[in-house]
Amino acid sequence: MTKNFKTLPVYILLSVLSLPLVIMYAYLVIDTFTVTTPGSLVPGPFTLHNWRFLWEPAKPGQASIWAATLNTFLFAGGTMLIVLMTSATAGYALSRLRMPMRSFMLAGLIMLHAFPTVTLIISVFLILQIIGLYDTLIGVILVRAALDLPLGVWIMKGFYDNVPWEIEMAGVQDGASRFTVWWRLILPQIQPGLAALGIFSFLQAWSEFILPQVLAPGANAQVLSVYMQAVVKSETQMDFTLFKTIGLFYTLPVVVIYLIFNKKLMNIYGGGTKG
Amino acid sequence: MRILIDNFTKTFGTTTVIRDMTLDIESGEMLALLGPSGCGKSTTLFAVCGIHRMNGGRLLFGDRDVTTVSSQDRNVGVVFQNYALYPHMNVFENISFPLKIRKESKADIDAKVREMAKLVHIEDLMERKPAQLSGGQQQRVALARALIRKPDVLLLDEPLANLDAKLRLEMRSEIRRIQQETGITAILVTHDQVEAMSMCDRIAIMNKGQIVQLSSPSEMYNEPASAFVAGFMGNPPISFLDGTVEGSSLRLDQSSIVLPLPESSRPASPASRVKLGVRPEYFQPENPDKVEGKISFIEIQGRETLYDVTLENGAVLRSIQSSGPLHKLGDTVRWGVDHSRVLAFDESGARL
Ligand SMILES: Nc1ncnc2c1ncn2[C@@H]1O[C@H](COP(=O)(O)OP(=O)(O)OP(=O)(O)O)[C@@H](O)[C@H]1O
Ligand SMILES: [Mg+2]
Repeated sequence: MTKNFKTLPVYILLSVLSLPLVIMYAYLVIDTFTVTTPGSLVPGPFTLHNWRFLWEPAKPGQASIWAATLNTFLFAGGTMLIVLMTSATAGYALSRLRMPMRSFMLAGLIMLHAFPTVTLIISVFLILQIIGLYDTLIGVILVRAALDLPLGVWIMKGFYDNVPWEIEMAGVQDGASRFTVWWRLILPQIQPGLAALGIFSFLQAWSEFILPQVLAPGANAQVLSVYMQAVVKSETQMDFTLFKTIGLFYTLPVVVIYLIFNKKLMNIYGGGTKG
Repeated sequence: MRILIDNFTKTFGTTTVIRDMTLDIESGEMLALLGPSGCGKSTTLFAVCGIHRMNGGRLLFGDRDVTTVSSQDRNVGVVFQNYALYPHMNVFENISFPLKIRKESKADIDAKVREMAKLVHIEDLMERKPAQLSGGQQQRVALARALIRKPDVLLLDEPLANLDAKLRLEMRSEIRRIQQETGITAILVTHDQVEAMSMCDRIAIMNKGQIVQLSSPSEMYNEPASAFVAGFMGNPPISFLDGTVEGSSLRLDQSSIVLPLPESSRPASPASRVKLGVRPEYFQPENPDKVEGKISFIEIQGRETLYDVTLENGAVLRSIQSSGPLHKLGDTVRWGVDHSRVLAFDESGARL
């Protein structure tokens, strides 16, 4: 009881401070469903007019929203899969196997992670053109995954380092092959790390704009962020409410994912396999 | 199953940790590998279970040469110091893991796990995760998992090091009971001589990668082969006196004290240097060969009292007496050494 009284003022203060944000989010949602004149605080009558892009056929020359959504899912999902598989295996190798140039690779990982994307984009563009993956989803997926990998591998290495090697040895003594040991005994213990890394790279790819915009701008491979930009460009007169609505639609999966997984997401910076 | 480690050599890079070690363990025997930290006990154990490759020598399980056989195919059960239970599996899954790997039928697994759980007294804990178990319970689970495959050898690497004193006592007899009930050949690694003496049929004392003595516990205590072994066995430890031989006696360095040497161990040359080992129970007030000294330390251990007596040359003799603390710190006492039970060593530390 006393505890509630003590924390109550803190809650009130925090609520007041975050109120502007909450109000803005609320109006973002309200605006998309109503006819509200800009600047007015009183919502107008309800309408689905702003959401019409979901069911109206796409304008000629533009991709449909559903194709773009599917592409975004493929893009983010593909990136996540590649990042997870590579980080889980490479991190294990770096943590456990004595291989040549190990310390060089570890130092290299950090360097790679420090590289800003934008500086690489022209060379990446040229390479994709040469190998014929320009303007394809696979091309951007590979690039996005490659950029996520240094951090991913590094994080997974940290998680593996925390698993006692005796567990591995015990597994081997119990008659399991090295692969079975990794799959059945080690992976389950770094599973919080894997989950966090997966969500992290999924969200990162979901919100990516520059890479798809430069490397896959065509209608076939368009993702939502590029689609939004195309919509803005094609309108002669800027329709802010439409833009807001598409934006909201674009954010929804992120919000849902975050709500489901936020505990695991915290774990990646907690950095440990407790529990 | 009889285990033979034959001329085993192990090197890490350029340093040789173990050189030409030979150890023959009889079937059904429990052998302790005892030695100071870093002497190569764990290394030997890991070579037997296949974690370390042997750089030289052979390893035989019965008549089977397993030197180059992989860990998975050796059929060895290991209990690690930190138990190495699988944290994401419950007790049942932990114990049954080796059987699942062998793809045994579910009914078989169930029966075997239940039988094993009964043996180590953990029937009621099957649903728990390792994190929900006490140290002693984890220990039992680790034992059960190591034994479920009916291994040829059971290896225990300091199994009691992580337990508190009371539990250690309990698990000591438990492990021994389980080993005897299953009749399995076992190697116990420890640096606690009490553990080694109380649990094992024979003890191998290691020092710097070599076995310095292999005997039964009582022989190890009463007839140590070297000063190192004598110093390692016994708690409170033996005390040593340095001196020079004079006839059939020993004159202690820088003093007038002369002690008779045991008949069995007269050194060949007169005037040679000798180290005398006196265990605390053989330095008592009623013994004949008196030595004068000052009490420099008293430790009351409840049932017994331990005195350190500093002699005139600064050497220290220890005495353990069952009567209560009758003497005070600083008292001058004349207590006797039982010269028939004294151990004499030459300069290199070898027993005379
Ligand atoms: N992987 C390794 N690389 C190099 N040297 C090693 C390695 N493992 C062990 N050693 C060395 O081998 C020697 C024996 O080690 P070992 O672990 O067998 O000792 P131990 O008798 O088990 O000691 P403790 O009682 O402390 O566990 C030590 O000097 C150690 O430094
Ligand atoms: Mg060790």
